[in-house]
Amino acid sequence: MTDTVTTTGTAPAHPRARPTGSGAPATRFAVPGRISVSEQAATVWQTAMLTRIRRETPHAATFRLAVPEWAGHLPGQHLMLRLTAPDGYVAQRHYSIASAPDGSGHIELTLDRVPDGEVSGWFHTVARPGDTVEVRGPLSGFFAWPGDRPALLLGAGSGVVPLMSMVRHRRGRGLTVPLRMLVSARSPEELIYSAELGEETTTVFTRSAPQGVPVGRMTAAHVAPLLAEQPPGGWEAYVCGSNGFAEHASRLLVAAGQPVDRIRIERFG
Amino acid sequence: MNVTRGFTGRPRVPHPGLPPGQYDAGEDWPVLSAEVTPDLAPADWSFRIDGLVERPHTWNWDAAHALPASAYDGDIHCVTGWSKFGVRFGGVSLDAFFAVVRPHVSATHVVAASHTGYTTNLPLADVTGGRAWIVWEYDGRPLPSEHGGPARLVVPHLYFWKSAKWIAGLTLLDHDEPGFWEGNGYHGRGNPWEEQRYSGD
Repeated sequence: MTDTVTTTGTAPAHPRARPTGSGAPATRFAVPGRISVSEQAATVWQTAMLTRIRRETPHAATFRLAVPEWAGHLPGQHLMLRLTAPDGYVAQRHYSIASAPDGSGHIELTLDRVPDGEVSGWFHTVARPGDTVEVRGPLSGFFAWPGDRPALLLGAGSGVVPLMSMVRHRRGRGLTVPLRMLVSARSPEELIYSAELGEETTTVFTRSAPQGVPVGRMTAAHVAPLLAEQPPGGWEAYVCGSNGFAEHASRLLVAAGQPVDRIRIERFG
Repeated sequence: MNVTRGFTGRPRVPHPGLPPGQYDAGEDWPVLSAEVTPDLAPADWSFRIDGLVERPHTWNWDAAHALPASAYDGDIHCVTGWSKFGVRFGGVSLDAFFAVVRPHVSATHVVAASHTGYTTNLPLADVTGGRAWIVWEYDGRPLPSEHGGPARLVVPHLYFWKSAKWIAGLTLLDHDEPGFWEGNGYHGRGNPWEEQRYSGD
């Protein structure tokens, strides 16, 4: 593995929580950083060639990109991607990386088709293998999971994408560190990576479900059993989805006793 | 220039207020906090300025509201790419708070801290001279908690991660000290007009 990111080990209780002498009240910081990030990798735009497109659901597809100079990433990290029009107009977006770091020189992104989305629209209607785009990254460390501590993952819709990178990383490396995922989708047809989800995953369907399977929002009843089986050292919780989902899921976690300084949230937008 | 085959993009609507690489979010106001939204009532809110100042001081909700009211009418820009035009925040200029604590001449930077423990660093010059506010109103109504209510910092000429939500205090320093995102690879200053998104930009 050629990751240029390095783990900083167990986070201290209040890393950079407040500056020396600050009058900030003694509340706990929610999100100590996990890793340091390569400035070099974050700054340089690289050409990425689309090599394969795989449909996941009616609204989401996975795009596999060859990035020969990819510096490597950790599960949960994202990148910045840009498209350029002939007149120089540029559209850039942040996307979570779906694939586990594997040193293959390839990365995968899974994109929802956003209504009127100029970038996701291009990917879903124009893109074909052989096309090139530009990427920079990997970016940001706070949502990264190096595989070093038990992980409790809560996602909704395409919020499952960075979480799947973690699931794949754990499987690919044969890690034994506990990991559980609770993922919400509108229906089985809209559940991204459904064929790949294993016994680590519990699904919640909000609009329709197979006969006999309840339909409804994620509730305390989904979260409680996961927090009841506390692994040694407790869970590090990762929440990803829309702001509405993130607010709801993080409140469920707090209500169930998960410490706020061990809940990391990535919201769409 | 690396033209993307078949990409045309949205209709070009030139807007002199749109920094490079940004798009107009329209009515949307995305929420991107990395932590759990705190349950913080106005009665439990406080704001303190300390560090390199003559008289460190803590304001509670009523004391902060007793300072002269000031509003920001203008635009905000998020590092993730969206900009929002014509927002209106109501609160108090940071200058009014600084007039009470009186910064030392040696102070060059501040670290802003949230009630959640989130931090962000700024040059002192970016938060003085009518360029920064503590606000509790958005569009004439109480600032929603997910947007930083009951009160947040607003430094609209920099990327919006500098505008710490649930603001708890500022510490004045004679040096720069990276905050939360700055320690996670983001730029030290974050000027949207120079596209200072990540460290090294």
